Amino acid sequence: MSTATVTRRTEGEADAPPRRRKLTPLRILLHGFLIVVSLAWLFPIAWAVLTSLRSYDYTAANGYVSFGGWTFDNYVTAWRTAEFGQHFINSVYITVPAVLLTLFLASCVAFVIARFSWKLNLVLLGIFTAANLLPQQALLIPLFRLFTEVPLPEFMSDSELLYDSYWGLILINVAFQCGFCVFVLSNYMKALPRDLYEAAMVDGASIWRQYWQVTMPLCRPALAALATLEVTWIYNEFFWATVLMRTGDKFPVTSSLNNLRGEFFTDNNLVSAGSVLVAIPTLVIFFMLQRHFVRGLTLGASKG
Amino acid sequence: MSDLPLIQADRAVPPPATTTSTGGRRRRLRLLSRTDRVVITLMVLVPLLLVTGFVWMPAAATVLLSGTNWDGIGPLNEIEFVGARNYSDVVNIYPPFVPAVQHNLLWLAALFVVATPFGMFLAVLLDKELRGSRFYQTALYLPVVLSLALIGFVWQLLYSRDQGLINAVFGSSIDWYGDSNVNIWAVMVASGWRHVGYIMLLYLAGLKGVDPPLREAAAVDGASESRTFFRVVFPVMRPINIIVLVVTVIESLRAFDLVWVVNKGRNGLELISALVTQNVVGEASRIGFGSALATIMLVVSLVFITIYLATVMRENRE
Repeated sequence: MSTATVTRRTEGEADAPPRRRKLTPLRILLHGFLIVVSLAWLFPIAWAVLTSLRSYDYTAANGYVSFGGWTFDNYVTAWRTAEFGQHFINSVYITVPAVLLTLFLASCVAFVIARFSWKLNLVLLGIFTAANLLPQQALLIPLFRLFTEVPLPEFMSDSELLYDSYWGLILINVAFQCGFCVFVLSNYMKALPRDLYEAAMVDGASIWRQYWQVTMPLCRPALAALATLEVTWIYNEFFWATVLMRTGDKFPVTSSLNNLRGEFFTDNNLVSAGSVLVAIPTLVIFFMLQRHFVRGLTLGASKG
Repeated sequence: MSDLPLIQADRAVPPPATTTSTGGRRRRLRLLSRTDRVVITLMVLVPLLLVTGFVWMPAAATVLLSGTNWDGIGPLNEIEFVGARNYSDVVNIYPPFVPAVQHNLLWLAALFVVATPFGMFLAVLLDKELRGSRFYQTALYLPVVLSLALIGFVWQLLYSRDQGLINAVFGSSIDWYGDSNVNIWAVMVASGWRHVGYIMLLYLAGLKGVDPPLREAAAVDGASESRTFFRVVFPVMRPINIIVLVVTVIESLRAFDLVWVVNKGRNGLELISALVTQNVVGEASRIGFGSALATIMLVVSLVFITIYLATVMRENRE
């Protein structure tokens, strides 16, 4: 899989210098176009950062198309008013267990699908993959009722229900995200040489050991890519927490944005500071793990 | 989650070994010890129960409830079946329904006619191994890591009537998020901003998978670049094209977060997904009614999910 990409890239580099040297007008036009589009695409984010660093009094007096009034106060105010500290912790409570559980459960199913060639495997794959594509809102009504019916002991949730608890959110996120991971992982595992299992069988390794000690270590690149992607997705998840949570200070960051709107309504500088704060974790992931992120999204496609 | 991944089949996978014959299968089963069989059952059963219980059962229950007059609070044994009444009510006496369908279709059209082709176009340009290609790519798919809810806030800084940049620059006084004549367009621009980067990413990966000799052959034959793309590269990427089509349809059907943070899907921003949610968690809970709306969503999405699975599985087998 990666060999194809590698050879392709060296080929590209080999004939790149002559292509790069002749900067035809068409090339310049192309670069000009791409620069304009790229800057236009970055602009909304850059504008948010810029606005967040200016004081409300200054922009109110001079308008937003002006220069000056630099301050960090918006961040301090936004952090305090919206209780971002608490909401970030809530996001961690939900995201970390949900991602770990999703990867574990999905890799189990994917292993069985890839390891054996039973006819039912295709059905299984279909059930999981399709579940990831259904519109969430279409499941809401029965789920809402289910969540308000299922009791939890008090030490697990002070609502004593699946509704308005971290457990409920973790479970629904896992159930929804499993499908995608099953698909990617089962494809990845199918590409592993089958001799590995024959050898493991000869050594008398049980199925569990084959899964945990043979397959899983080989899947590290795929797991890393999926983990990066799933952290971003579950952190960004808005709908489930909006409808399955009630207590304001239990909301994860992304869904708490909805309450923020009322509090910050009249002050765009605070809105921008809040937005930048919420974006920081995903942007950090994006810049540090960009390779994994992109590979996760296109996993399979790059293996042609 | 509003993201739909590109799940493309792995073409490098060899076809399943010939162990599918019953003889081989029986022998293989016998090789598994009792513990192994218990382990395999658990490995499949636990995730399967979770997905069935939290996704497929609720989906089935939605369809059943759409034929009843349940109010969402009363005991389940008081449910009465009312046939297709909820559906006829939705169409005939629910004013937001028609605008919602129109908005969903408009959303689909905007993504499909503008954002998707533009993303494709950028992917083709960036596939040329340009200097600075990495910068361009990063800039274009940066919005993909942001949640759509957050994007609603980021664009508010441009759209706001009194403090927004657009009105400040052009001296206009339009409330881009509030005015029911323009707000659907404003929201679609913000959503397209994200969609373009996403499609670009998917196509770029698809283009990297196209056999280089194929293009070289076309170039040797004297085909122009655009001709090579439309006659050779584009047809070869058929599976990706289908997947991108389905992804676009499902994304526009699932559109929700953006309109919900703006005004909970009212006043010009009605979408089917928002109507369903309003009918469940809103002040008036009309369960049968909301279920009928949800069932419409389910049916549309299942049609495209089937196309998607068929494409992906066929690729898988080849």
